[in-house]
Amino acid sequence: MSEQKLQSQTVQTTGHAWDGDLQEYNNPLPVWWVYTFYVTVVFALVYWTIYPSWPFGKGWIGGLSNITYVNSNGETKTHSWNTRALLLEDMNRAAIAQKPYFDKVAAMSYAQVAKDPDMNGFILSAGKALFSDNCAPCHQAGGQGVVGFFPNLTDDDWLYGGSFDKIHETITGGRHGYMPTFSEVLSPEQIDQLANYVASLSGIGHDATRAAAGNALFHSETAACYYCHGADAKGRKEIGSANLTDNIWLWANVPAASSAEGKVAAIRSVIASGLNKGVMPAWAGRLSPEQIKVLTVYVHELGGGQ
Amino acid sequence: MQTGLEEQLGLYQKRIPIFTRSVKGRFRRFKTTVLLLAYAIYFLLPWLPWSRLDAPSQAVLFDLPGRRFLIFGLTVYPQDVVWLALLLFIAAILLFFVTGLVGRAFCGYFCFQTLWTDFFIWIEHKIQGERPARVRLYRQPWNREKLLKVGGTHALWVLASFWTGMTFVIYYAYAPQLVLDFFTGQAAAAAYITVSILTISTYAAAGLMREQICTYVCPYGRFQSVMYEPETLAVHYDARRGEGAHGRATVRAGRGIVVERRRAESAEPVAVDRRQASLSAGERALAERHEKGLGDCVDCGLCVQVCPTGIDIRDGLQYKCISCGLCIDACNTIMDSFGFPRGLIRYDSEKNLAAPEPTAPRVEWKRLKTIGYGAALILMSAYLAYSIGTRGSYDRAVNQIRQPLYVVLSNGDIRNRYQVRITNKAAQDQTYEISASGIPAGALDLGSFREITIKPGHSGLVQASVRLAPELAEHTHHFELLITPKGKPGEARSETVRFDSPKEAHD
Repeated sequence: MSEQKLQSQTVQTTGHAWDGDLQEYNNPLPVWWVYTFYVTVVFALVYWTIYPSWPFGKGWIGGLSNITYVNSNGETKTHSWNTRALLLEDMNRAAIAQKPYFDKVAAMSYAQVAKDPDMNGFILSAGKALFSDNCAPCHQAGGQGVVGFFPNLTDDDWLYGGSFDKIHETITGGRHGYMPTFSEVLSPEQIDQLANYVASLSGIGHDATRAAAGNALFHSETAACYYCHGADAKGRKEIGSANLTDNIWLWANVPAASSAEGKVAAIRSVIASGLNKGVMPAWAGRLSPEQIKVLTVYVHELGGGQ
Repeated sequence: MQTGLEEQLGLYQKRIPIFTRSVKGRFRRFKTTVLLLAYAIYFLLPWLPWSRLDAPSQAVLFDLPGRRFLIFGLTVYPQDVVWLALLLFIAAILLFFVTGLVGRAFCGYFCFQTLWTDFFIWIEHKIQGERPARVRLYRQPWNREKLLKVGGTHALWVLASFWTGMTFVIYYAYAPQLVLDFFTGQAAAAAYITVSILTISTYAAAGLMREQICTYVCPYGRFQSVMYEPETLAVHYDARRGEGAHGRATVRAGRGIVVERRRAESAEPVAVDRRQASLSAGERALAERHEKGLGDCVDCGLCVQVCPTGIDIRDGLQYKCISCGLCIDACNTIMDSFGFPRGLIRYDSEKNLAAPEPTAPRVEWKRLKTIGYGAALILMSAYLAYSIGTRGSYDRAVNQIRQPLYVVLSNGDIRNRYQVRITNKAAQDQTYEISASGIPAGALDLGSFREITIKPGHSGLVQASVRLAPELAEHTHHFELLITPKGKPGEARSETVRFDSPKEAHD
């Protein structure tokens, strides 16, 4: 009570009494607070005039500030201030900063680009950015691919060839890998024989007698595997058929199987069902020629191309 | 109608203006020396020339666009950020160490707030005069004299603040060029913004807010009190001696020692025995005071008048005291003039002051905390010196590419890939060679770059790959990658690098 009494002695009231003795304390806001509030009001007014603020009709009041940038075609564009224009300005500024490098890449031969340390640094950073944006969804961030779906770009095996020109051709025009379904043509026994033969080519545990039968079948007109994979089973780069004699597997998930039977079974399922999913889109219309060139060198360096 | 019952209490205390009296003495001399030294370094250092091949000839240049700090012969790159960490650690530990020994020495003598406030008070003193003149000027109404003097003071403050900000900025670019650009309106916007902010903040902090920065704003002053121990030396008023049994008392004019001293001084030239007699006059007067139960403090109030934070040290150790020692100087001056012994206000420890038989104050360092701080200080300083002394002419980083960790090649070989980044920290172009040991010759493939030439201050990137047969890969977990600057085999450095293979990954 004494505290209350003390307060009533020191604090002003609004000066009005209700019901005889009911009074209201008058505790004004601190002066610094009030002035800060005025400052924020002024700030808001300044902000409204400079930046977009109010909706108006179908659009909005743009404010006085503008963003001007030069786009890649050399045209000067001006927008009223907004974050999208800000992004465009940033992107175009970056594109203009990169342009000398891209121009240099366009003017140089592949061999020259690969040997120039400055260009090499640019390829590693710009190529990585391009790869991450466009290629990584399928081929993965490091280019390692996914067995059964997307080729590994970091190994030394190239379905269509690993020279600069071939990689460039692949990126520009895309690819479509195809293998017919053999379950309709061959008996399960024959498919098993073929699978054992393919396993034997890469030194995987197999049944020798079945492999021998598979060998005959492989080179026969019945299965006609050699049409595409070649008589030596090393594949033909002109049509992108796989080399069956190496340790690299794209479609049959051999590395994941732990037993020899499992590995043969993985091969068997690919022969039986065939393939129609090896589709890589063409990038000619989506990326500029310089970008494709940078990507070509980058991919070439990923796997130590040929 | 009823209005306010009582005057409303303010929520905020208004600043009570402080007009410090100037004083002479040991601590004033020390403070002035530190001030001159610090100002000489801060204001002149950016103008010191230093010849360099590839950079502006400025001894200390924080080259932000070039991402390097040039400090005399030393070039610091972002990779050396650990030096900054060490420096900050050393600075912190030094503060703790010194505070534990002699209290807030940083606050009193070295803090830039103290230095700039001191300088601003000096300007004020030169224009407006000594304390009584300044108090008079403050109280008198605005007229031509007040306008000129106060306006002149503030103008000089703004000028000093501006040059403080300007000096800060010229550490970041070639000084003569930046000053020229600045005044012709061609400098970067960042320069103008920084100078404006520093001008305003220096003017506000050293001219207007002064001790309020120490009292209300600064966290260091507050947390330094945590490092005080009973043995810590601090500015103390010897209350036992000063107050006596019946408290302090002024010396009445026309009586006692003042008269006696005047008499002694007027009798020049004095004989040796007369001089001794005059000296003993002080002792006699003191004995007289002690008989009456009075303390040695003559309550002249000079210690309060000289205090830059406006406190009375006789109230005891307090958080507002920045321990600048000016009250010691003031009190000693008065004690001397009365012929009383010095040191009524002095650097002493709480422990010693409370002791029944106080000894002469001394620095007590034989404490666990102090020794611990000291050891950390020496260790970290030695490490920083070692790290700077043995710095290489280049930086290297070997990163294994982890996507994928390894690649199985068509013949079954395992390949790992690495990115080698070399930063040339020397002043000229340098070629680096990369080789490997612990793996068969030919296993390391560097593509087109068996060696790489890098410009000073730049980085070069080399892709390396290592290819091992499966049997060998299984047993190889690490190998050494050797980077040799061409022509400097002594600076070759090797890096232990990991090698991954499928078998290992399943372990």
